[in-house]
Amino acid sequence: MLRRATLDNGLTVLVQEEHTAPLASVWCWYKVGSKDERAGLTGVSHWVEHMNFKGTTNIPRDQVKGIIEQFGGSWNGYTWIDQTTYLETATKDALDRMLFIESERMSNGLYHPDDCESERTVIISELHGGENDPDQFLDQEVVATAFKAHPYRHPTIGWLTDLETMTRDDLYSYYRRYYIPNNAALVIVGDVDTDEALRRAEHHFGKIPAGAAPPRQHTVEPEQTGERRVVIKKPGTTAYLKLAYHSPAIGDPKFYALLVLDAALTGAFGLNLWSSFRTPPPQRSARLYRALVGKGLASAVNGSLLPTQLPFVYIISVTATDGTPLAAVEAELVEELGKVARDGITPAELAKAKSQLNARLVFENDSVTNIAHQIGYFETIAGVDVFTNFRPRIAAVTLEEVAAVAREVLAEPNRTVGTFEPLPVA
Amino acid sequence: MNTTALAPIRVVLPNGAVLLARRTQTTPAVTINIAIRAGSVCDPADAPGSMYLLSKVIDRGTLGASPRSADDIAEALDSRGISLGVTVTRHLFSFFCTCLADDFDEVMALVADIVRAPSLPEDELETRKGEVLTVLRQDEDNPGVRATEALMDMLYPPPHPYGRRTKGTAQIVEGLTRDRLAALHSSRFAPGVMSLVVVGDVDTGRAEAVAARVFGGWSAPEPAPVAATPLARATSRRRVVIPMMNKAQADIAYGFTTLVRTDPEYYACWLMNHAFGQYSMSGRLGDSIRERQGMAYYAYSQLDANVMEGPLLIRAGVSAANIDRAVASIDEEVRKLVTEGLTQKELDDSRRFLIYAMPRALETNAGIANYLQTAEFFGLGLDYDVRVPELLRRVTLEQANAVARKYLSVDRASLVIAGPCSA
Repeated sequence: MLRRATLDNGLTVLVQEEHTAPLASVWCWYKVGSKDERAGLTGVSHWVEHMNFKGTTNIPRDQVKGIIEQFGGSWNGYTWIDQTTYLETATKDALDRMLFIESERMSNGLYHPDDCESERTVIISELHGGENDPDQFLDQEVVATAFKAHPYRHPTIGWLTDLETMTRDDLYSYYRRYYIPNNAALVIVGDVDTDEALRRAEHHFGKIPAGAAPPRQHTVEPEQTGERRVVIKKPGTTAYLKLAYHSPAIGDPKFYALLVLDAALTGAFGLNLWSSFRTPPPQRSARLYRALVGKGLASAVNGSLLPTQLPFVYIISVTATDGTPLAAVEAELVEELGKVARDGITPAELAKAKSQLNARLVFENDSVTNIAHQIGYFETIAGVDVFTNFRPRIAAVTLEEVAAVAREVLAEPNRTVGTFEPLPVA
Repeated sequence: MNTTALAPIRVVLPNGAVLLARRTQTTPAVTINIAIRAGSVCDPADAPGSMYLLSKVIDRGTLGASPRSADDIAEALDSRGISLGVTVTRHLFSFFCTCLADDFDEVMALVADIVRAPSLPEDELETRKGEVLTVLRQDEDNPGVRATEALMDMLYPPPHPYGRRTKGTAQIVEGLTRDRLAALHSSRFAPGVMSLVVVGDVDTGRAEAVAARVFGGWSAPEPAPVAATPLARATSRRRVVIPMMNKAQADIAYGFTTLVRTDPEYYACWLMNHAFGQYSMSGRLGDSIRERQGMAYYAYSQLDANVMEGPLLIRAGVSAANIDRAVASIDEEVRKLVTEGLTQKELDDSRRFLIYAMPRALETNAGIANYLQTAEFFGLGLDYDVRVPELLRRVTLEQANAVARKYLSVDRASLVIAGPCSA
């Protein structure tokens, strides 16, 4: 059973006992992501995340290595558009150590100037590594084209010139502004005693002072009024196509209908950002797989509908088979999407989509790490009740709701088309 | 530390097929993992990539008493939310999936049909060829793949099978016929070279009964094992550059040949590699190249001891301006490891980590299934999970440093750089 507590300083603590293995997973979530960045500081959330692995007042730089490994533990973190998170999973006797690390990360980061400089080039290397992949590069360009005002438009890793010019003070002041207990959620899942875990959380975090409510950007993306298109022609070997449609946020009831629609189109991908990508969706009978991969026009097709705090984009990505013109792929894809926007899906497709989504919910919650991720992820963007109520929300989706969301979301004026057309490699 | 023994059941069916089963009740789901000893080493000498193409088409139709079309199989899997993985490594042709426990019997029957009697429809083969050709083209544009494949070719020159591309070449893929793939399946798939692992919320007695029902009637002569190919180890330093001027950064692949998995020195080599390029943020390599010098997002090493002498690969992604500096840093770390060795603390840290990390590795059904499949393949025993801590504890600092001296040398390193740089 999930227990919630709020410390006096505003920190939300969520604890769930899972006694299936002698392990515990601790995640500390911050409500800060790339949507909170202003022009000139794109990528600052992600860079701050990197800096928070480089020592604290009470965990000197040379003691970071091994601090959790001595318990057989792993640690990591990630930054995305709505949130930044850090985790440790280790044997249960490391619970106190994990809470200590996260409390230090919240309040005592060092941000040594030399470490900031060293990390600048690491992050630029990460950016360049991503650009080596044309599919990832196209994805970035499509999102930047679909949004013209909202900060969801810039990539989480940031734009290169911002990474080249950002200062240590930019990083540290951003850290101090957003890394406060009243902007965070601490999640503990595993072979623990809830009361004891709450006591230890209070011990480690209770004295950290609350801060002023962090600044937020309030720009609302204007409604898209016509198709947009981005055409990239670069040396490469393979052609890629992406269609992006503005889509509902997790708090919008239409999100669930679109989730079912996506499962019917490309197979249920799942809802766990930490683990879903490790298992491909069951998609061979899905509409777009049959229309594109089944006919030999594409080698891969995938849908991406991610739960986000604010309206983001639903992206359908296609890899054209060698020698197939992108125009043929796009024509077939648009034709199929037109059909579903016009006629909706069948009762059999609805039943199958729900069955797939329910199975994925089981498969994606098979470890303390995955369970803790889901609790924290949804708590950060909408409230943990969203996660615990998935099954009834999916079960309640009707054919009419799927048809309505297909008509609304898959409309041409709501579409951004991106193509990567490979030029001969010199 | 004490770990709870996995203690799986192991049953050999009369036809030679091996079943390993372990019940868990974490979730109402079951992982099925089937490995056939028919990896890419079984590719015909003139047709590397055959097994890979077979893996793409094997689940697109079945023969037998109740034939299934590709659509039937797709529907059977998709309606249960199952994604069936089919992969080919050097030695294994594997099928794996996770299903709800309620679906276990039907899914086992389906997967058994796919393993035993694929129909390999001509139209599906043609479509899958198109996909493989596209993947080959994507690989051509991927510096990491290019660097690694070129390095494996340098480390394992013909006729060694480890140097061959698992996916083959466009010309070979285009020329492969249904009959040739069917003959390959007939000659290499047999119950005597299959191990089936079932982990999840299913009673082991039921797992055994279902396995006997769906695989018990399968008979096929056991294929001759693939003979080990003698290895010609590098005697000098070699360096190859693959210019890819359309790329933003370069990939470095740097490596050595090492030892077989059953070599008694394996545990010393495992610990040595872990301290060198894995521990925490990628061991010594990560400390130097990423943490101290900020040159790369990733820099690590990996050991792949196998049936034949596998490689130790060092990988890093760096900007064109930093290639020489990164290679020099790798050289320096290799040189220091060979001449000065690890410290006792480094060895102890890695050892402690690997032992204490076992509960994490064995937390999920898929994790346990992989572990049991590996133990079965290398003949490590049903109690391997219990013995590992002691095997690691026995390794001395001198043994770990001795394997570093034996297998690593700057003067015998092979390296490939693929990216925006000229040859």
